[in-house]
Amino acid sequence: MPADASQSAPLLEARDLSRPPLGPVSLTLGAGRCLAVTGPSGAGKSLLLRALADLDPAEGTVLFQGTERRTLPAPEWRRRVCYVAADSGWWAETVAEHMPADKAAWRPLMQAVGLSDAADWPVSRLSSGERQRLSVVRALARRPAVLLLDEPTANLDAEAAATVEALIRHALDDGTGIILTSHDPAQVDRLADHRLRLRAGHMEPAP
Amino acid sequence: MIETAEPLSWLDLAWSAALILLAGGLSVVWNLGIHRRLLIAAARATVQLLLLALVLEALFATASPWLTAAAAAVMLGFAGREIFGRQDRRLAGGWGYGVGGAAITVAASVVTLFALTTSVRPDPWYDARYAIPLLGMILGNVMTGIAVGLNTLTAACARETAAIEAQLALGATRWEALNAPIRHALRTGLIGIVNSMAAAGIVFIPGMMTGQILAGQSPEQAARYQLLILFLIAGATAIGAVMAVLLAAARLTDDRHRLRLDRLRGTK
Repeated sequence: MPADASQSAPLLEARDLSRPPLGPVSLTLGAGRCLAVTGPSGAGKSLLLRALADLDPAEGTVLFQGTERRTLPAPEWRRRVCYVAADSGWWAETVAEHMPADKAAWRPLMQAVGLSDAADWPVSRLSSGERQRLSVVRALARRPAVLLLDEPTANLDAEAAATVEALIRHALDDGTGIILTSHDPAQVDRLADHRLRLRAGHMEPAP
Repeated sequence: MIETAEPLSWLDLAWSAALILLAGGLSVVWNLGIHRRLLIAAARATVQLLLLALVLEALFATASPWLTAAAAAVMLGFAGREIFGRQDRRLAGGWGYGVGGAAITVAASVVTLFALTTSVRPDPWYDARYAIPLLGMILGNVMTGIAVGLNTLTAACARETAAIEAQLALGATRWEALNAPIRHALRTGLIGIVNSMAAAGIVFIPGMMTGQILAGQSPEQAARYQLLILFLIAGATAIGAVMAVLLAAARLTDDRHRLRLDRLRGTK
């Protein structure tokens, strides 16, 4: 591959990505762009994000700035292409234990979602909405180049959802490429540059 | 000189068997539903131990290293099968039997050979009178440690799927993401022998020591042999549980550091 290929290549590109019942799906994503994946429940939206993050075995080609995912160790791939599940898991006792060591990377983000005091809170005390906001913070704090957000505001009231959307916009402004799934057409209108509609695992032209 | 015990007659044994009937009766009165299983288990134990006695007598009489090795292989095979049978969730395919079977074979063989060539030193070193009972004692306990360790690991992976995958999604390796379930499984697998050692001599007199004392051995020598066995079991359980749990953890993930619960098969 030529030395400057990564400069001209899209941030993320998938060609004929398939993992039954998903696919084949092809897409491209540029830096600072947002692609919304829509479709009914069970259409394969989460499967698509998991396949892009290499969390499930899948056929097809996925490239990050021209580099095929299989040529990179999987943990390194996922530090660049980071997936946040709709109901993400927690493995330690307090919120801060889930964050990177550098506090400067996540303190401002926690403040932005209205949870500036939550660092020492036990995870067991968090509501589902707080967990969802903090799981987005947890991923953004690691500064991935691509963020894959599965229903990032599904459990949130309008006010909390607005704080997460503001974080997403901020990350886009910083050049992060974002693919998100959403059932909220207004949210898709507000955030997305491109749309991809799935039905029964297959791509459909967006309306 | 301490006298050897009087031989146990069938009538002597029948007295103790009456307690099985008592336990079965309690199950009937309390509607516990285990009286049938209790009677079958007692009958199985009787047949199995008497058959074992016949086999051991033949084995000791022939003094053949090949027959001793064959008997050990059969015991290891059954131990692997017992571990497989005790799993609530099993690894699919040959791995379900292979992981526990390989771990107990390596752990019990290595530790038995170690004991035969260092502490016990019979002549010849493979003397079935020493090798087979030692292997049997080790197998019985290591089997439980491995089965409990594997069960704990698979249950933790199934229960903590979201937490494990969240770590993987953030760039953790499979060993980092499975660190907590692996440590939990090893602790649970080893706690049995730790408790046994801690309580031995205070809460209970271990079975082998009791047997040796009843057979006429001095209590002090019986205690030494019991300690030897406890230490061997602890070492073998540690080797076996670590090997089984790490092999299972490797199989529950893949080289792309994904959690592969699709390689597990259902519950009992």
